[in-house]
Amino acid sequence: MSWARRTTYTSHADLGGKTGYGRVVPEPEGEWFHADWEPGVLALTLAMGATGSWNIDMSRAARETLPRYARLSYYEIWFEALVKLLAERQLVRGDELAAGHALHPPRPIARTLAAADVPAVLAKGSPTERPATAPARYAVGQTVCMYAGIVPHHTRLPGYVRGKRGVVARVHGAHVFADAHASGRGEQPHWLYTVVFDGRELWGGARPAGLKVSVDAWEPYLSAV
Amino acid sequence: MELRVRALETVLAEKGYIDPAALDALIDTYQTRIGPRNGARVVARAWVDAQFRDWLRRDATAAIASLGYSGRQGEHMVAVENTPGQHHMVVCTLCSCYPWPVLGLPPTWYKSAPYRSRAVRDPRGVLADFGVTLPADTEIRVWDSTAEVRYLVIPMRPAGTEGLDEDALAALVTRDSMIGTGVPLSPPARAR
Repeated sequence: MSWARRTTYTSHADLGGKTGYGRVVPEPEGEWFHADWEPGVLALTLAMGATGSWNIDMSRAARETLPRYARLSYYEIWFEALVKLLAERQLVRGDELAAGHALHPPRPIARTLAAADVPAVLAKGSPTERPATAPARYAVGQTVCMYAGIVPHHTRLPGYVRGKRGVVARVHGAHVFADAHASGRGEQPHWLYTVVFDGRELWGGARPAGLKVSVDAWEPYLSAV
Repeated sequence: MELRVRALETVLAEKGYIDPAALDALIDTYQTRIGPRNGARVVARAWVDAQFRDWLRRDATAAIASLGYSGRQGEHMVAVENTPGQHHMVVCTLCSCYPWPVLGLPPTWYKSAPYRSRAVRDPRGVLADFGVTLPADTEIRVWDSTAEVRYLVIPMRPAGTEGLDEDALAALVTRDSMIGTGVPLSPPARAR
């Protein structure tokens, strides 16, 4: 199925600029978890991520498309997305979750994260910068316009900047392109820019001046003005 | 949830996809080793060491790694410095991207809809929720972490801290001041 023909992709996670969610509730430092099961969800998510069965952009896509996203806590979102990713790859099936035991043979995975390797794996991370294959099309100080259309797949272009004009403030090198990476189309690195918007461009003239907002945007999101 | 998580863990272990000891190591790491005290050390060093501050400006990933903090969710770091004229605030409107090696796991509010929706539209309102009021002529500069670059705010060094050493300075640096929803603590009275 071609991605161009797939027109329905709904992310429930694109919250920037939305209204009506109420006030922010601060929290003291060191309150890492709020239920006994949350550390397990964190650890299972990281350990399964380390098996290489999917990438971080696929994880984000799995989370943001959960129909109940808005009603779930953050670790519930992580858990439901983990179950979905495992089921899609037939690594774990529904009957096994219900039984609480393995009922089918394991499928091959690239690697298992051993306890002894945890510090090194975390310290290394997964850098996303790649050698550039073409010169950057835009330069610091240049005004650009963000893509204004609907994106029929996972993207990191927030709705609130679509169609808005901003100025390139930083050029970060070529990075793995989340849109392609999330849909299994490889890394397809593109130049990554920090693009800064004036608050009035985003929210209209009624807002007082003195607000600047930036996003990090891959070259395909940008066009010259 | 408790039962479902335990069921999944059992299945994954029985299938050999996970090493249960690795789960304990991961949890221990983020409960005891990786947290905002790491970032506080970076900030304190930047306050006392002009050379380090320059390095942070040029290559924050390398400067921060020199203190031992690197890796997952901090692979590409940028440090942004508050000044009297400009206050930085970091958000991820699309999920919960956060610089784990220097700040640890994000607080609940950072991942929540109120913060993610409002930080880019009404950051002064968000600051008010944290009890912070900035001068009217201070520009608010919000960084939406929409790719794999992670941002660390270097807050302004509080007045009256000239006599403090690096450890004492780090103790003044709060997690929220490194996200941009707070400011550092004031020095204890005896240091003034």
